[in-house]
Amino acid sequence: MRLERREHRPLLLVVLSPILAVVAALALAGLLIAAAGAPVLEAYGRILTGAFGTRLAATETLTRATPLMLTGLAAAIAFRARLWNIGAEGQFYLGAIMVAALGSSVLSGLPGPMLIPLLFAAGAIAGMALMLVPLWLRLRFSVDEVVTSLLLNFVAVLFVSMMIDGPLKDPLAFGWPQSMPVADQALLPKLIERSRLHIGLAVAIVAALLVYLLQSRTVFGLQSRAAGLNPEGAVFAGVPLARTLVKVACLSGGLAGLAGAIEVMGVKGYVTTDLSPGFGYAGIIVAMLANLNPLGVIAAALFTATMFVGADGMSRALSIPTYIADVTVALSLLTMLVAIFFTQYRIRR
Amino acid sequence: MIADPTAAPVLELAHISKSFGPIVANDDISIALGRGELLALLGENGAGKTTLMSILFGHYTPDEGSVRVDGVELPHGRPRAAIKAGVGMVHQHFSLAPNLTVLENVMTGTEPLWSLRSRTGAARRKLLSIAERFGLGVDPDARLGDLSVGEQQRVEILKALYNDARILILDEPTAVLTNIEAGRLFTTLREMARQGLSLIFISHKLDEVMAAADRIVVLRGGRVAAERKAGETNKAELAELMVGHRVTRPTREPARAGATVFQASRLTVSVGGVERLKEIDFFLREGETLGIIGVSGNGQAVLSQLMGGLVAPTGGEMQLFGEAVAALDVHGLVEAGIGRIPEDRHRQGAIGEMAIWENAVLERIRQPLFSRRGIVNRSAGQAFAATIIEEFDVRGGTPTSRTRLLSGGNMQKLILGRNLYRRPKILIAAQPTRGLDEGAVAAVHARILEARRQGTAVLLISEDLDEVIGLADRIQAIVKGRLSAPVAAEEADPRRLGLMMSGDWSPGDGMLRDGTSSDRNPGEGTA
Repeated sequence: MRLERREHRPLLLVVLSPILAVVAALALAGLLIAAAGAPVLEAYGRILTGAFGTRLAATETLTRATPLMLTGLAAAIAFRARLWNIGAEGQFYLGAIMVAALGSSVLSGLPGPMLIPLLFAAGAIAGMALMLVPLWLRLRFSVDEVVTSLLLNFVAVLFVSMMIDGPLKDPLAFGWPQSMPVADQALLPKLIERSRLHIGLAVAIVAALLVYLLQSRTVFGLQSRAAGLNPEGAVFAGVPLARTLVKVACLSGGLAGLAGAIEVMGVKGYVTTDLSPGFGYAGIIVAMLANLNPLGVIAAALFTATMFVGADGMSRALSIPTYIADVTVALSLLTMLVAIFFTQYRIRR
Repeated sequence: MIADPTAAPVLELAHISKSFGPIVANDDISIALGRGELLALLGENGAGKTTLMSILFGHYTPDEGSVRVDGVELPHGRPRAAIKAGVGMVHQHFSLAPNLTVLENVMTGTEPLWSLRSRTGAARRKLLSIAERFGLGVDPDARLGDLSVGEQQRVEILKALYNDARILILDEPTAVLTNIEAGRLFTTLREMARQGLSLIFISHKLDEVMAAADRIVVLRGGRVAAERKAGETNKAELAELMVGHRVTRPTREPARAGATVFQASRLTVSVGGVERLKEIDFFLREGETLGIIGVSGNGQAVLSQLMGGLVAPTGGEMQLFGEAVAALDVHGLVEAGIGRIPEDRHRQGAIGEMAIWENAVLERIRQPLFSRRGIVNRSAGQAFAATIIEEFDVRGGTPTSRTRLLSGGNMQKLILGRNLYRRPKILIAAQPTRGLDEGAVAAVHARILEARRQGTAVLLISEDLDEVIGLADRIQAIVKGRLSAPVAAEEADPRRLGLMMSGDWSPGDGMLRDGTSSDRNPGEGTA
């Protein structure tokens, strides 16, 4: 038996592979559900109704999918260029705290239509700045950005925790460590009344479209893809490698920072250290599930959000742990990696 | 101890054949090695030396033939069996871990994986006794990464001996060594042979083969071209055997050389503090081809990188179209109409996972035809690719199909096409036909000759002598980063070129300069 690189990648296989990967992950996680003593199909049914069964559940799932789309895009755009940004979590938090800092003080006097775009930009810039550190280390000293961007997550979270227990602490929060809230006019308009769903979802979808166009239609997209697929060949063709990577890092970090900004302005209005239940890390899974395709990120984020939101319903109804959802999502990353492998190789006897 | 020809050989390679697709790397090769014998395997690149040794060691399985050690046939494709039978291999690129000590490196792979105990004491004693026996002094506790290349090679040899090797294969052992280290290595090898070990070393350097070996087997084109006792041959004969009597069929018409378009004077390139090109002189003229021959690894790669705009010279001067330039850069070269065919078409010439049209336009994507304000004009790019596919007969792909699907020859035609489409003033062709089949070679040659006929100045860097003789008007050899003086193609016979490639010239002597007519002053045409 040997592995052989596929000459042609059938389109059907490329489209089917993420679906098969998800099915395989659900089947594997089914073993766990069965082991926990619950009926497998019913458990998955409960997840679906928990995520989409009611109007409230559906809006909640979409709300949860919004930051996942943005962090998923952040990972996808970086990974395309073989820039391993594992630091979306930190960039998310830095974007969030930047928004809380500016939106609660200096800029709080501005009217909403000016304030909201300004705060988006501020969050994105904060995320960018954080991603430029590992990139600089890589370009200057060849330090692996996987390690540095990952470790900066902890630095960023600790920094946020210091700020919300210090200079940015809300004096009216009964001593809870949380930041001062952003001004009311900085809160994002709702997409649907009496729900938490905000226009951030539209922003995320537009961002996915823009990233898609950027990657497929622009010189930058062509060059960053070339740089990722074959750096040596890209340099030979005159692609400015460092400059391209700087742009990619800015986009990636910026999207993650924007995710943090939108989460603050759309959902809570202030920052706590549990603002993100791992949106940054889950974004990596979302990107992989989407096979790094910006439009696929939308679907992958919806799947992941469905699992997370629906898990609560399943847990309540069948008294099995919500961790099953985390396991399922994590498994789907593994099965997706296997699926990607088999779209590229086949087994020959 | 001199090998006794009547004794049974310790190692016998019988009728080994191996093909990679259409390329025959080994064709019915039989070699026997006696006890205490030091055998040199001599040949050009691509002669099949490394393939043969990889078969012997079990890295490759031969299509036909057998390997016997002490009369017992080794199973194919099983390095472990080879090691067990007493065959040790010293690779050109060492298979050692730089973060481990010498002792740990030597022991790696010798202990059972499941054993919790490491028998360091016994191993150390064994290592030291071997080291002493053959005069291979090393510190067993030194970290491998701290050692010089010569010392690392000693460790690699020790590792083989530690595994009780009686037959030692060394793949181009001197390629990475200084002359002094090489001398020391051969002293050690002779000592090992004296003590009854049998050794084969691979080389393409005539001097060391003549100096060190008992017997020399010359490989050419995958076959045994000749076998000589060291005392019964000379360098000139070996060079000729290695290169062969080539049929030269210059299909080209005589050059009508025009103005000098590029000139390098005493150009030096250092990479990472090491001088890769040393004070080289050459010039390119319109409608003329300069061929650079040489055994691989003598600086061709850096020369093509330099001319491709990827590295800058650290000394000397360059003139492009009569104007002094400090360095060439990719963008400037493309804009100036200088075509570049890279040495490695898969790694540099094309990005396999991208579409053919994307590869066709990538290096000129900023030109207004292909993009405006950062937006790629896909239809123009695809039309351009379609034109190249049509005009340069690229088969097996459409503008939107992935480039990786093209065969090597068709990928090369694509690269040629994007360079020659708008007649370049200069064409830098590095190993343009390496690995291509005959048909593709002919197509590439025809294109290069056609460009030259239309007035393009061609720099052809190739390890294929036939190719250079067939295409070039002037020939220079590159040896250890230095360029010989040029000879005119008409005056280049295989023997002379073989000697040039083996470095048998000194920059100052008149030998090669006699061959080139003195009226070809490198400075002419720029005035």
